[in-house]
Amino acid sequence: MRGSTRRVVRLLILIVILAIVLYPLLWMLGTSVKSREEIATNIGLWPDVFTPGNFRDGWQNFDVSFGRFFANSAMVAVLTVVGNAVSCLLAAYAFARLRFRMRRVWFAIMIGTLLLPGHVLIIPQYVLFKQLGWVGEPWPYLPLLVPQFLATEAFFVFLMVQFMRGIPVELDEAAKIDGASPYTVFRHVIVPLSRPALVTTAIFSFIWAWNDFFRQLVFLSDLQDYTVPVALTLFIDSTSESAVGPMFAMSLLSLVPVFLFFVAFQRLLVEGINTSGIKG
Amino acid sequence: MSTAPPAAVPAGPASPGPASRRGRGGPRRRENFAGYVFLSPWLLGLMGITAIPMLLSLYLSFTNYDALSDFSEVDWVGLDNYRTMFTADPSYWHAVRVTVMFALIAVPLKLATALGVALLLNKAFKGVGLFRGLFYLPSLLGGSVALAIVWVNMFNRDGAFNSLLGVFGIEGAPWVNDPDWALETLMVLAIWQFGAPMVIFLAGLKQIPTELYEAASVDGANAWRQFRAVTLPMLSPVIFFNLVLETINGFQGFTSAFVLSNGTGGPVDSTLMYSLNLYIKGFTELQMGYASAMAWVFLVAIALITVVLFSTGRFWVHYADGEDR
Repeated sequence: MRGSTRRVVRLLILIVILAIVLYPLLWMLGTSVKSREEIATNIGLWPDVFTPGNFRDGWQNFDVSFGRFFANSAMVAVLTVVGNAVSCLLAAYAFARLRFRMRRVWFAIMIGTLLLPGHVLIIPQYVLFKQLGWVGEPWPYLPLLVPQFLATEAFFVFLMVQFMRGIPVELDEAAKIDGASPYTVFRHVIVPLSRPALVTTAIFSFIWAWNDFFRQLVFLSDLQDYTVPVALTLFIDSTSESAVGPMFAMSLLSLVPVFLFFVAFQRLLVEGINTSGIKG
Repeated sequence: MSTAPPAAVPAGPASPGPASRRGRGGPRRRENFAGYVFLSPWLLGLMGITAIPMLLSLYLSFTNYDALSDFSEVDWVGLDNYRTMFTADPSYWHAVRVTVMFALIAVPLKLATALGVALLLNKAFKGVGLFRGLFYLPSLLGGSVALAIVWVNMFNRDGAFNSLLGVFGIEGAPWVNDPDWALETLMVLAIWQFGAPMVIFLAGLKQIPTELYEAASVDGANAWRQFRAVTLPMLSPVIFFNLVLETINGFQGFTSAFVLSNGTGGPVDSTLMYSLNLYIKGFTELQMGYASAMAWVFLVAIALITVVLFSTGRFWVHYADGEDR
């Protein structure tokens, strides 16, 4: 009997915590379809008058439509995924499987960059990229993308090294006895077997790039190049009450891709952070 | 480069796995070459994106570079930026205080929440996976501009939180516009994202052998005693790992403070986090030399904090293999 009471109490506590955790998200959902008057007066989660017009108004709220901002964000996120997947896989293979001079030194440095706070580098990177002509037109996204193609996201290199250690070395050995070069081993043994680590990297790359704000704020200067997070901050500037509904509508839309990833890959995401200690 | 002893990562000894031993001569040299071929993008990134910018910012920190003038017109000002920072810029120390306060309160509360919920979820029951997934969701969404916008509006004078308090007849503060409360609302937003450390705690809890609990209850230890004597010490490496990660993240808070204050650090500088201050100095006021000095002090501070965490860790982190790290 005591055991079952305890179970019920635990479940009740969890449900209360869950309600607190989900409330802001549900409130956001409700507010995005409330009229201007109801946002101020109706404290309930759901509106009395369903106002989908917020989405139309928000979409067209600025001189450039949100369609453009979403396309920009999607392009940055997809290219970030490609860059991280390719460059981190190459580096991880070298660290996990190949013997070369100073390997231990480079590996130690890579681990060191894991804890390097990214904000520290933003000013010199800005100065450097500006000198190269990469800030603003004609190549506004190079400062966001080039680092991703150079395996600077050490988390993913580390995650893949850890994963590759689990692939039996005998597979490499067998291929080598058959005369395979390190490139052939990479292509035919490591790449196919590393798919789970690649998928984890791809998902987290996408979500991080999609949510990233600091770098996009610093490097994007023209309205038509803005990504969704930078565009959302434009709503904050316009303090008028009428913008609240549209602002919530666009904020909600901006979370949809991440939410879809969460629904599709929930188990993988949760296990992904287990195996690597990655932050969500 | 911040110091990162390999023990930072509980997933195993942080050295590359043993590669196959090759004979002398040809194949070995070939593998050495191949190693550098595969490593080349990373090496290029290490040089161009990390190392050279770090040195450049060290140089800039001794100049009055303002982002507008040419490099040839930059003046070497010696230690002036550092002197100003430490002795003549009250906003600098204010930002340090705000950031330390934020990390000191939000990080322990976030970890305690994560551990508490992980303990509740560490029993198999129907729906445990659903709870785990939904608790994790805020960690994926919470760092975004969108959620910061939601938060600011929820804690407005006439936001949802005050409406809720109104139901109980309590008149709430204008939280986000109140210098006494603005930072606290950001702390709550950080704590709300407890899911990521929770998942790591859950994985750690699963690793604790059940025999230890059985032995403890044979000895008559109650639940609290078992938690103190078995769970906490066995979980200490994971607690330590989460503590290091969350502390470093906590010190870098930016997005929520930017959204709350529209990039100013207000109200009355109450949300002037270090990173936000750095952004304002570097990109709003264009004092890039000064902001570079701030960045270097930040880097050294983060490194020192990491070192301190690791040195105190020796006294309370218990490794099952008995190895002293």
